[in-house]
Amino acid sequence: MASTTVASDLATLTRHSLAGLRMLLVFTLLLGLAYPLAATAVGQVAFPWQANGSLVRADGSHTTDRSEAVGSALVAQGFEGAQYFHPRPSVAGDGYDTLASAGSNLGPLNPDLVATIEERKAAVAELEGVDPADVPADAVTASGSGLDPQISPEYAAIQVARVARERGLPVAEVKALVAEHTAGRDLGVLGEPRVNVLELNLALDDAH
Amino acid sequence: MSSAVLVAVAQIAVLVAVLAAVHAPLGAYMARVYSSPKHLRAERLWYRVVRVDPDAEQRWTTYLMSLLGFALVSVLFLYGMLRLQDHLPWSLGFTGFDPAGAWNTAVSFTTNTNWQWYSGEAAAGHLVQMAGLAVQNFVSASVGMAVAIALVRGFARSGTDARIGNFWSDLTRGVTRILLPLSLVAAILLMVGGVIQNLDPHTAITTVEGATQQSLGGPVASQEAIKELGTNGGGFFNANSGHPLENPTPFTNLVEIFLILLIPFTLPRTFGILVGDKRQGWAILGVMAGLFAASLALTTWAEMAGPGAAPQAAGAAMEGKETRFGPAGSALFAVATTATSTGAVNASHDSLTAPGGGLVLFNMLLGEIAPGGVGAGLYGMLVLAVVAVFIAGLMVGRTPEYLGKKIGRPEMTLVALYVLTVPALVLVGTAIAVVVEPGLVGIQEAGPHGLSEVLYAYASAANNNGSAFGGLTSGTPFYEVTQGIAMLAGRFVPIALVLALAGRLASQTAVPATSGTLPTHRPLFAGLLATVAIIVVGLTFIPVLSLGPVVESLS
Repeated sequence: MASTTVASDLATLTRHSLAGLRMLLVFTLLLGLAYPLAATAVGQVAFPWQANGSLVRADGSHTTDRSEAVGSALVAQGFEGAQYFHPRPSVAGDGYDTLASAGSNLGPLNPDLVATIEERKAAVAELEGVDPADVPADAVTASGSGLDPQISPEYAAIQVARVARERGLPVAEVKALVAEHTAGRDLGVLGEPRVNVLELNLALDDAH
Repeated sequence: MSSAVLVAVAQIAVLVAVLAAVHAPLGAYMARVYSSPKHLRAERLWYRVVRVDPDAEQRWTTYLMSLLGFALVSVLFLYGMLRLQDHLPWSLGFTGFDPAGAWNTAVSFTTNTNWQWYSGEAAAGHLVQMAGLAVQNFVSASVGMAVAIALVRGFARSGTDARIGNFWSDLTRGVTRILLPLSLVAAILLMVGGVIQNLDPHTAITTVEGATQQSLGGPVASQEAIKELGTNGGGFFNANSGHPLENPTPFTNLVEIFLILLIPFTLPRTFGILVGDKRQGWAILGVMAGLFAASLALTTWAEMAGPGAAPQAAGAAMEGKETRFGPAGSALFAVATTATSTGAVNASHDSLTAPGGGLVLFNMLLGEIAPGGVGAGLYGMLVLAVVAVFIAGLMVGRTPEYLGKKIGRPEMTLVALYVLTVPALVLVGTAIAVVVEPGLVGIQEAGPHGLSEVLYAYASAANNNGSAFGGLTSGTPFYEVTQGIAMLAGRFVPIALVLALAGRLASQTAVPATSGTLPTHRPLFAGLLATVAIIVVGLTFIPVLSLGPVVESLS
């Protein structure tokens, strides 16, 4: 008796699975192809710059052609030169590796993380000639993506003197460029104020 | 209050305002979707093509068979697609997944969990993302909603011979009338904010200083929309919603949080309408909102205050967080994603402060009921409401009733099994992982935080959340297989119990309320329900929480 019940349950499940398979195949056409392709069509026609990665040329202008681009306005890239504003530390791959987006995932009490933060703080303080206590948190911590394109206005502020000196520009001019590339909170209350590092550096190159 | 706190509160207020604005209309719309006898013309064609009868009222056993049959082929189909990726178009040159990894991911996306052991940008091609993973984002969400609606029908119907609706019709309507149109609108909003949407491969560009960086492509906005709306959470890229191409601005961050909370917080309205008493929906919504607000307040405080050695050394809890979101925008996302079954992250949860990490873990252990995953949150909360009326009934010595249905021994047996299933999976899974070698080698941090990593992993899997304390190395056969079992059992055992309960309730004839009936729409009952939710979880998990996040917070 029990075995016939199991057999009939299995037969029922098979019948329902076949209906499920037909359903899944049609869903795959609708949701897996038609929907993303329709969205792609909308994006490519209506918002081509954003849909293709917010790419920028060396002069700061927008492009959708990767061969003309020096980066994406939304993705951090490494800047080590003293004439540039520096982004946040990155642990994505060997740094700013877009094929390995990641944070450190180190816990809040991890002694290695504390040591790394202290090292970074000392290095930034020395490079910028400021007191370690004035180094903001975003300068000494790795972001969750490793591709954070922005820094806090505080971190930008302590880099102004160095960049101005290296470029032989008046501090006021560099400050004005920073202000120009500082975004406030969206709608006044969403998120945090921030400075886009790539756009600011391209503007500096362009101005000088 | 400092200005930073005021801004954080204002950001939450914007979110609450938009959620409140759409609550009544969307709730009513969803009630119509699941109760209208009419099929759209396109749907009739759809049902003819797949040869199912959308009008046959199914008994709960048949409903469950259809659901399990659909889940079974979903797992197999996705498994095959992942294994054979290198033979498919748009693979971007990536190889097929290994067997353990493909099993884990197939189960993960079919169960609405979206636990990811792999990095999307380094392992998954565009076809697998669109036609494999994103399809399950839609249908697994629709399955959750269908089960919730079936349970609501159990309460709303009377003497129906255990008939609780038609799975194929519920599944189809959830997708075509709710999830798909909303996703299309959301995808466009996200594109405006800068989320990419193309079919290009990843190719190299030369940066300003002459380094090489891969420029990323992919149909991200379309996937991001349903990833949040369906409380799925599987990121296109490894950094998930912390990735600037998935979540570029504070505006898109708010859109994504809104999408996560939209359906879970609106379904109580649908429930109220379908049981013919909107006040019942308000009571459920009140409990969800109250628990959510408490968790959000504490987590936001923890992340903004930044206790712990590393945040103190840095000056703020910014490790693992993005500049554009900051501690407040990250805390809001973290609570939304763990209080639902989403599991998308816009910051590294492993690097949250000790109290913040403990709180998001607690949100999952609570069973993701405040407001919970799409559908799963509502049915989880309704099961606890049955527990609450049962306890109240014991106190006054009356046969407990909820919404006119008597809660007798068979009903309570199902409910008790439901309440025990997920905690058993979490605790047994964690216990095994911390004593066997293959489990121990995956742990990154020494001491209590290491236990938190493992506990978080099994809480996430069994509750179908999918977020992780990323320090845990979960891409090993041990974790892939055991997590897969936890996800599967954590999804379908509760669903089977809920449908059985729905069938029993639908068979009962409703009893009229008398002066002795406990009113279940009043604040008194809402308070009781919230208390029951916390006590059930508290008693189950206090020992292990004490050894993990509590010790950490105190050290």
